[in-house]
Amino acid sequence: MHEKYVLQLEGIRKAYGENVVLDDVSLRVKPGEIHALLGENGAGKSTLMNILFGMRVIHDTGGYDGVVKISGEEVKFTAPTDALAAGIGMVHQEFMLIPGFTITENIKLGREDTAPTVASRIFGKSLERLDREKMDGDARRSLDSIGMGIEEHVRVAGLPVGYMQFVEIAREIDKLGIKLLVFDEPTAVLTEGEATQLLEVMNTITQKGIAIIFITHRLSEVMDAAHNMTVLRDGELVGTKPIAETNLAEIAEMMVGRSIENLGIAADGEESDAPIAISVRDLHVDMPGERVRGVSFDVREGEIFGIGGMAGQGKVGIANGISGLFSAEGSVTAFGQPLNLSRLGEALEHGIAFVSEDRRGVGLLLDESIAYNIMFRVMTTQREFLSRFGPIKLLNRRKMQQHADDMIKLLDIRCRSGRQKVGTLSGGNQQKVCLASALTAKPKLLIVSEPTRGIDIGAKELILNYLTKLREEEGLTVIMISSELGELRSLCDRIAIVADGKIVNILPPNATDAEYGLAMSAVSAEEAGKVVQS
Amino acid sequence: MSQMTAKNEPSTFVKNVKRLVNDFGLPRLIILTLFILLFVMAGIYDMNLPSFFGDVLRRWGMWGILVLAMVPGIQSGIGPNFGVTVGIVGGLVGAVLSINMNHAGVFDFVTNPALHTIVLALVAIAIGLALAIPMGILYGMLLNRVKGSEMAVSVYVGFSVVNLFNILWATFPVTASILILPATGRGLRQMVNLRDDFGGAFDEPLRFAIGDMTIRPGLLIVFFLACFLMYLFTRSRLGMMMSAAGSNPSYARASGINVEKMRVLGTTISTALGAVGIIIYAQSFGFLQLYLAPLMMGFTVVASVLLGGATVRRARVFDVLLGAFLFNGILTIALPLANTMLPDVPGVPEMLRLIITYGIVLYALSKVKGGR
Amino acid sequence: MNNKVRDFLFENKVVLLFLSITLFAFWASGLSTVVFFSELFTRFGRNTFMVLALLIPVIAGLGLNFGIVVGAMAAQISMFLVILWGGDGVSGIFSVALLATPIAIVLGYLVGRLFNSMKGSEMIGGMVTSLFADGFYQFLFLFVFGGIIPIAYARLMTSTGVGVLNAIDLGDMRQALDNISMFHILNVSFFVMLAFVALLLIYRLVKKQPIKMFGPTGLIKPLVILGFLLIGYILTWTVTPFLLFTYENRLNGVYASRLVAIIISAVQIYHIIRDIRDEKRPGLPIKRFVILGLVAVGFLVTLLPEISNGLAHVRIPVFTYMIIGGLCLFIKWFINTRLGQNMRTIGQDRNVATAAGINVDRTRIIAMIMSTVLAAYGQIIIIQSFGVMTTYGAHMNVGLYAIAALLVGGATVTRASVKHAIIGVLLFHSLFILAPAASTNLMGAALFGEYFRVFAANAVIALALIMHAWKRVKKRKNEKAKATAA
Repeated sequence: MHEKYVLQLEGIRKAYGENVVLDDVSLRVKPGEIHALLGENGAGKSTLMNILFGMRVIHDTGGYDGVVKISGEEVKFTAPTDALAAGIGMVHQEFMLIPGFTITENIKLGREDTAPTVASRIFGKSLERLDREKMDGDARRSLDSIGMGIEEHVRVAGLPVGYMQFVEIAREIDKLGIKLLVFDEPTAVLTEGEATQLLEVMNTITQKGIAIIFITHRLSEVMDAAHNMTVLRDGELVGTKPIAETNLAEIAEMMVGRSIENLGIAADGEESDAPIAISVRDLHVDMPGERVRGVSFDVREGEIFGIGGMAGQGKVGIANGISGLFSAEGSVTAFGQPLNLSRLGEALEHGIAFVSEDRRGVGLLLDESIAYNIMFRVMTTQREFLSRFGPIKLLNRRKMQQHADDMIKLLDIRCRSGRQKVGTLSGGNQQKVCLASALTAKPKLLIVSEPTRGIDIGAKELILNYLTKLREEEGLTVIMISSELGELRSLCDRIAIVADGKIVNILPPNATDAEYGLAMSAVSAEEAGKVVQS
Repeated sequence: MSQMTAKNEPSTFVKNVKRLVNDFGLPRLIILTLFILLFVMAGIYDMNLPSFFGDVLRRWGMWGILVLAMVPGIQSGIGPNFGVTVGIVGGLVGAVLSINMNHAGVFDFVTNPALHTIVLALVAIAIGLALAIPMGILYGMLLNRVKGSEMAVSVYVGFSVVNLFNILWATFPVTASILILPATGRGLRQMVNLRDDFGGAFDEPLRFAIGDMTIRPGLLIVFFLACFLMYLFTRSRLGMMMSAAGSNPSYARASGINVEKMRVLGTTISTALGAVGIIIYAQSFGFLQLYLAPLMMGFTVVASVLLGGATVRRARVFDVLLGAFLFNGILTIALPLANTMLPDVPGVPEMLRLIITYGIVLYALSKVKGGR
Repeated sequence: MNNKVRDFLFENKVVLLFLSITLFAFWASGLSTVVFFSELFTRFGRNTFMVLALLIPVIAGLGLNFGIVVGAMAAQISMFLVILWGGDGVSGIFSVALLATPIAIVLGYLVGRLFNSMKGSEMIGGMVTSLFADGFYQFLFLFVFGGIIPIAYARLMTSTGVGVLNAIDLGDMRQALDNISMFHILNVSFFVMLAFVALLLIYRLVKKQPIKMFGPTGLIKPLVILGFLLIGYILTWTVTPFLLFTYENRLNGVYASRLVAIIISAVQIYHIIRDIRDEKRPGLPIKRFVILGLVAVGFLVTLLPEISNGLAHVRIPVFTYMIIGGLCLFIKWFINTRLGQNMRTIGQDRNVATAAGINVDRTRIIAMIMSTVLAAYGQIIIIQSFGVMTTYGAHMNVGLYAIAALLVGGATVTRASVKHAIIGVLLFHSLFILAPAASTNLMGAALFGEYFRVFAANAVIALALIMHAWKRVKKRKNEKAKATAA
């Protein structure tokens, strides 16, 4: 190896318009190294990888500043195929496999070995015959090199999930001149045994001099497998360290640490003795990508209860399970009455309003007016805003408009009038309409999921302030789910951190950064205690 | 909605025109231009415009309720209901039974001739509904299982049902000679003359003429009444719930609405309107057309409502009024005009019908976001 | 084993259903095997090519291509023009095919573009497209021909001179393909093969490549074929009975069935020997032995007097059947090319295909072009077989019947093969032959049989679409479950 680094990213900066998402980030990876890339959601990991792979989103939004060097040579990829040609591969979190094809066919997908035929000489290479013997041989070699004994002509359908991951890896290895592989949360879908096996395979790969960038949220895996690690936070480089010179607690702190402003009213995390508003026991929710595997907690009346954690860990699933949008098991008691989780609209009838994280999908009827959106759920569940017309009840437009005007004033929804279509509003104003719709139901408990996602600062502040005001003036109980830890810590009385579908710990807002970081990395309270003390 | 946005946004003239074209839809604009052009041509060729206009009005009412049947289907989320033919054959069975009973003397107690025809039509509608509603429920349940492919399935379910009923028509046990095929003495005729039965039941009452323009207020009243009732339904709680289920199922679910039930409801109403619509159609046409006649009717009505500005996801009563008018307007004028202008070419209106009907459906399909 | 039987029955439920309907209809019709067989083999030769034209879009994930009607239109436009320009006989038919090719390519390209803008709704789109195109087709034939382009040819035009007649007699082009004699086929193929081998040698010499005998690109295969052709060629000049035999253009059903049995057996034995020699994939030869057994049973069945009598009256048009066989081989070969593999990939998952660097839209358009061109050829075979072109009707039901036949053979919206096409054509057209006669016997009128077969065609398509959609909904649910189970 005449070059010291297989990959060098130097001073990478990327902005989407005014919004800087990466600022002066550098990353160096040596051949045969496993380099862990860590950070919370939105820390800039995926943007960095998008730059590395020359994804369209990057140069469609004005490209990036800084230098990317592969084996010492500066490159500027404009399409993923460029990156592939330069020897960079990606093992996807979602399998890019075709179940009906054999393992060989999947490994060789789009890169089949062919032999010329008479027709191909006349009509071009696309009519060349597949050279199945060569394909089988290559596949065999790749599979052997990662220690997989499975026959190459077996169909992928029906293989265990772990094997599919290995087929993906074999495909990357099979590519000619592969130098660097990116593993994006590879263990997320694996069982524990499979995950261990995967880490071994990663080790085997690096023996051949191939470097690996390992993106994961499981810090214990990082400690086990990686040689070095780099932490990003809010688009900035926090630091790069050899694993040998650091420990769990330090990494966790590096990931979360931030000076928390506006801590102001933050409580001490003690449970009040008010009556219990909602009691959740052993809740399992079958929500794709946000599966909940048994959580229990109580929220007391007048409390603002936060639920945090990384994306895909299940925090959003809790809210969707309680509100009946995804099938759930377990027991939920709201204000002393049990909820039937399988009945639609049950939560609404028990005074629980839900503002979904999926604003445009679940939260709004985009083609309808603001006024219509605000009153709709109350109209269906509580039969309000209707007036008698002969034998039937029809929509009372006047009442609907009036109420909408009130809400528009109250929440400062920026619009031409209540008749404007919701689809034409900005994200922040759409969120306000969602909130208005939830409040119209006069709920006793409000569940807001990712209330500030994708909206501007002004609207963010207004919504957060309004939530506090509601609690103080009306005694409303609020469960707030957010990926923004800072937001939760400045607002909530207690914060539950969810990882792998379970509540790892319930922390007071003033707990240390290391405690939060460890909880988010699925290190339980007891273990965390040990780590912090040591 | 379109007019409002156009008015409120301040922008240059060109932008306004563009927006107008976009909001109004290119095909609708083309059809509207064609419609006006045809009228002008008819004027130039010195044809009897008032008489044509009377005809357009008649065909408008004739097809109206069948086109209206698209609204609940689209609103509930099953998309354009090509399988409205399921309801149509239900209506046809009602008509056949009603005629048969009439000739057996069941309705002789109604002596007033006008009332007699209306009673006959109402009986046909009642029997048609009794058949169409359960068929609609079953059909709706089927469509719930094929979410995402409703259109293709509904087309072929419609075809299959029409073809299955061919066998039924050929064996239908009736006694009235007006219904039976004279050649074999068994099975129904292809076309049954309704002169002695409910022909003109709603057309004839109150009919008057201004010059050459015949106006049939009875027919139009029935059509407008149906449209008004549909409009009221869309403003009722149930109607709004159904429309939410169609336009955003996850939103509807989050609002405690059973989306599946709403889709069955929409399909059933659509099927039921198909049964009613065919009776109105037949009484105005004067003949009951059996066998393969309803086969492509589904496409005609889908095209009409799309022409009125509906999409495969959104339809309003207004779209029905406009679409049915434009569609029938063009075809009604094109036929005599073509005969005058191109006496040697027999099939011009038919080509025009094919191109308009299927062109508009194709356009609407290509506007749907393709499956991932 | 019990499970296996159940799976087999479930997998082949449509085929078995139609097999029993056909057997029942055969019993009820009282038709003799003589009539039934000769009619069936005529229909098989006429329709199979068109059904095979459906396969490529299914493989590429476009579903059942209702747009083949557009290909049929291309064939009819060409047929009309060739007759107008004085084409006749065999050369006329080949001119039609030659002219239809570019028209079908353009139309197929347009339909492909259209389908790319409505991914997921291709089937309904194809259906509507065919009806939409029919409007323009009618415009062309009723108005443009004669109305805009003056055509004075009484054989083709209506009495007014504007618009084309509804029935055009093909004259000498009637069954021109069916009537090509074996002698001509043998002659032409011998010289074509000779030229091919010569060109191959020249190519190698010019490019200075080594001339290999064996291996995938070796000369041995073409040479062996050439050798067989040479023997046949020499035989025609030396053995008079053989010469007389080859002057025939139809093959007796008995000979044909034995020929097929011999070819299948030979191929199977060749594979068995090769598998044993290479020691590849143990256990696989069992399937081949089963096939051999079936061939033997089939052979014994043809010895039954009823069957052999029926077969003896069957006269198979040799050339048409050879084209069909050739297309089957072509499709099997094509699937194994890079383009074919890309189509399979797209058919399974467009996202994965894109990620693997396959140009999905372009490949889909190629699939549509191929299908449309093949459909045009298929329509030429159908028209020449009838001997009369029904200008305004011949193309309309082509899609319905071809698709229904494919589905009756056990194909689905996502899975179709040559086997499905062949079984489907046999079963579906058996029903077409038998239904009217059966209904005359059972219900006193042939009409019910007519109604029933049209209903069956529509119902089988409806059923296939429902099953497909149902599976898709289930699959979506399963995927969700899988994603969460992980």
